[in-house]
Amino acid sequence: MNAALKTTWGPIALAALAALAVCWFLPATLELFALINATVFVSMAILALSLALVWGYGGILCFGQAAFFGLGGYTYAVAAINFGDTTGAVPLAILVPAGFALLLGYFLFYGRISDVYLGVITLTVTLILFKFINSTASDIWTIGTAPLGGFNGIPMTPPLNFPGDMTAMLMPDQIFVLAVIGLFLCYAIAKLILASHFGRVVVAVKENELRAELLGYDVRLYKLIIFTVGGAMAGLAGMFFANCVFVSPTMFSLSYSGQIIIWVIVGGLGTLVGPVIGCILLQMLTNWAGTLEVIDPNLVLGAILVIAVLLLPKGLLPTITGLIRRGDRS
Amino acid sequence: MDLALIVLLQIVTSIAMLALISLGLAVIFGMMRVINLAHGEFLMLGAYAAILATGHGVNLWVSMLLVAPVSVAIVGVVVERLIIRRLYGRMIDTMLATWGLSLALIGLVTMILGNTNTGFSAPLGSIAIGGFRMSGYELFLILFTAVLLAVVFVVFRFTRLGLIARGTMQNPDMAAALGIAPSTVYAVTFAVGAALSGLAGALIAPLAGVVPTMGTAYIAKAFITVITGGAAILAGTISASGLLGAVNTLGSFLATPVLGEVALLAAAIVLLRLLPRGITGRFLKGSL
Repeated sequence: MNAALKTTWGPIALAALAALAVCWFLPATLELFALINATVFVSMAILALSLALVWGYGGILCFGQAAFFGLGGYTYAVAAINFGDTTGAVPLAILVPAGFALLLGYFLFYGRISDVYLGVITLTVTLILFKFINSTASDIWTIGTAPLGGFNGIPMTPPLNFPGDMTAMLMPDQIFVLAVIGLFLCYAIAKLILASHFGRVVVAVKENELRAELLGYDVRLYKLIIFTVGGAMAGLAGMFFANCVFVSPTMFSLSYSGQIIIWVIVGGLGTLVGPVIGCILLQMLTNWAGTLEVIDPNLVLGAILVIAVLLLPKGLLPTITGLIRRGDRS
Repeated sequence: MDLALIVLLQIVTSIAMLALISLGLAVIFGMMRVINLAHGEFLMLGAYAAILATGHGVNLWVSMLLVAPVSVAIVGVVVERLIIRRLYGRMIDTMLATWGLSLALIGLVTMILGNTNTGFSAPLGSIAIGGFRMSGYELFLILFTAVLLAVVFVVFRFTRLGLIARGTMQNPDMAAALGIAPSTVYAVTFAVGAALSGLAGALIAPLAGVVPTMGTAYIAKAFITVITGGAAILAGTISASGLLGAVNTLGSFLATPVLGEVALLAAAIVLLRLLPRGITGRFLKGSL
C-alpha cells in the first residue's frame, strides 16, 4: 500500500460516518416533501462530484456534464418503462452515459482539442441533445414502449424497486438512503482513483501535459478514462434525479450545465468535498431565491458566479482552509 | 429550377445568418483571445433595444441599424471595464465570468420585461420566384451581411484604426512601446464586437422570437462557427459559416430542422478532429 493510499482511508471513513449520520437523521426528521427535495440535492451533489473529479483533477473543463446527467435520467426512464423492472435500468443508466462520454472523449482527446475548444464542444453537444429531446413530442419518437415526450419529458418515470422484485417499490426515504450511499460510493471511488498510480498520472497530466507526455504516458488515454468515469457518475446522478422528479429536457439545459460549473468553482476547484458543499449551499440559495417574487434566480446565480470568479478564484473551501491554516501558524 | 434556386437562396440565407451572429464573437475572440459566453445575451439585448426603440416611435431601420448597436456597445464598455479587464490572460476565468454575466442578464431582462415572446414582423414584403415566394427581408439580410463583412475588412485592412488594432493583437508590448495604450485598444475592440452582436441581434429579431433566453439558441451556433473558423477573423467566419450553413440547410431540407442542426454539429466535430486549430489554422494562414 503506498503512502497516498494510507492517507485516503481517513477521509473515506469520515465520509462514511457523515453519510451514516445523514441517513439516520434526515428521514426521521424531515417531512416527505423536504425529504424528496433532499434526495434531489444529493443527486446534484453526485453531479457536482463528477465534475469536481473531471475538471478539478483531470483538468478537463467539461461544459456539458449535464449531457451525461440527462442521458442517465432518460436511459433509466426508458429502460425501466420497457423492462417493467428497474434492476437492469440502473446499470444501463450508468453505462450509456459512460459509453457516450467514451465516444465523445475519443473525438475530443484524440483530436487533441485544447481546453477552451473542448468546453465549447461539450457545451454544444449538450445543447443539441437538449434541442433533439425537445423535438421528440410526436409518437414516432418512442423507444420500445416508452414515448420520449418532447418538451414534457416522461412524467411517468417509475421509481426504483427492490432488485428483482418489480412489485416492491422503494419508499422515498429508502431512495434517499440509496442516493446518500451512491454519493458516498462515488466519493470513495474518486478518492481511491486519485490515490492510485493512475490517479496521480491524471493529476500530473493536469499540472503539465507536455511533461507527462515526455515521461512516456499516453495523455490522451488518461484523459479519456477519467472523462468516462465522470460521465458514469453523472449518469448515476441523473438516475437518482429521475427517481425524485421525472425526466424532462431541462436536464440537458444550459442552466444545469452552468450550475454544475458554478458549484465547483464556488466550492473550490481541486477538491472533492468543496463542490459537494458548494452544490448543497447554492441549491438551498436557489430554492430560497425562487421564493422571492422580485428577483429572478438566474440573476442571483449569475451574479454569484461573476463575484466568485473575481473575488474567490480558489473557491470557498480552499479559501477557508487557507485562512484556518494561516490562523494556526500565527 | 425554381426549387433549386429557392434552396440555393435558403442556403445563402443560412450562411449569412451564421456569419452575422458570429461576427461579433469572432472579433472579440480573434483580437483579444477572450471567449465571450455572454455573446448570446448581447444579441438578445440588441433585439430588445430595437423593439423598445420602435415601441417609442423610432423608425424601424434607425432602431435596428443604429440604436441597437450603440446601446449594446455601451453595455460592452461597461462589461469590459467591470469584468473582462480584470481577467485578461485567464481564458477560462473569463469564460466563467461571462457565463455568469449571461445568466445574470437573462435574469435581469426577465425581471424587467417579463418572460414573454415579443417581436416585430419582417419589413420589405416578399418576392416571387417562379411558383415560390421568398421574403424580401431575407434577401436584404444576405446583402447587408456581405456589406458588413466588406466594411469590417476595409476598416481592419486599410485604416489607421485597423492597423493599431492588428498591431496590438500581434504584440501588445511593442504597441505600448510605440505609444499606444493596449487597454484602450482592447476596450474599443470589445465595444466594437458588442456593437456587431447588438446589430446582429436586432437584425435577426424579425425572423426569430424575442425572449430573454433567445441568446442560448444562437450562442452554440456562433461558437461552433468561430471555433471551426479558427484564428483569422474574417476568413474564418466566412469559411466556417459557408460550410456549416450549407450543411445545416441541406440537412433541414432533406430531413428535419433538428437533424439539420445535428448535422451542423457533427460536421463541426469531425472538422475539429481533423483540423484542431480550425479551418484558418491550416488554410488561408495569416489572412485577416
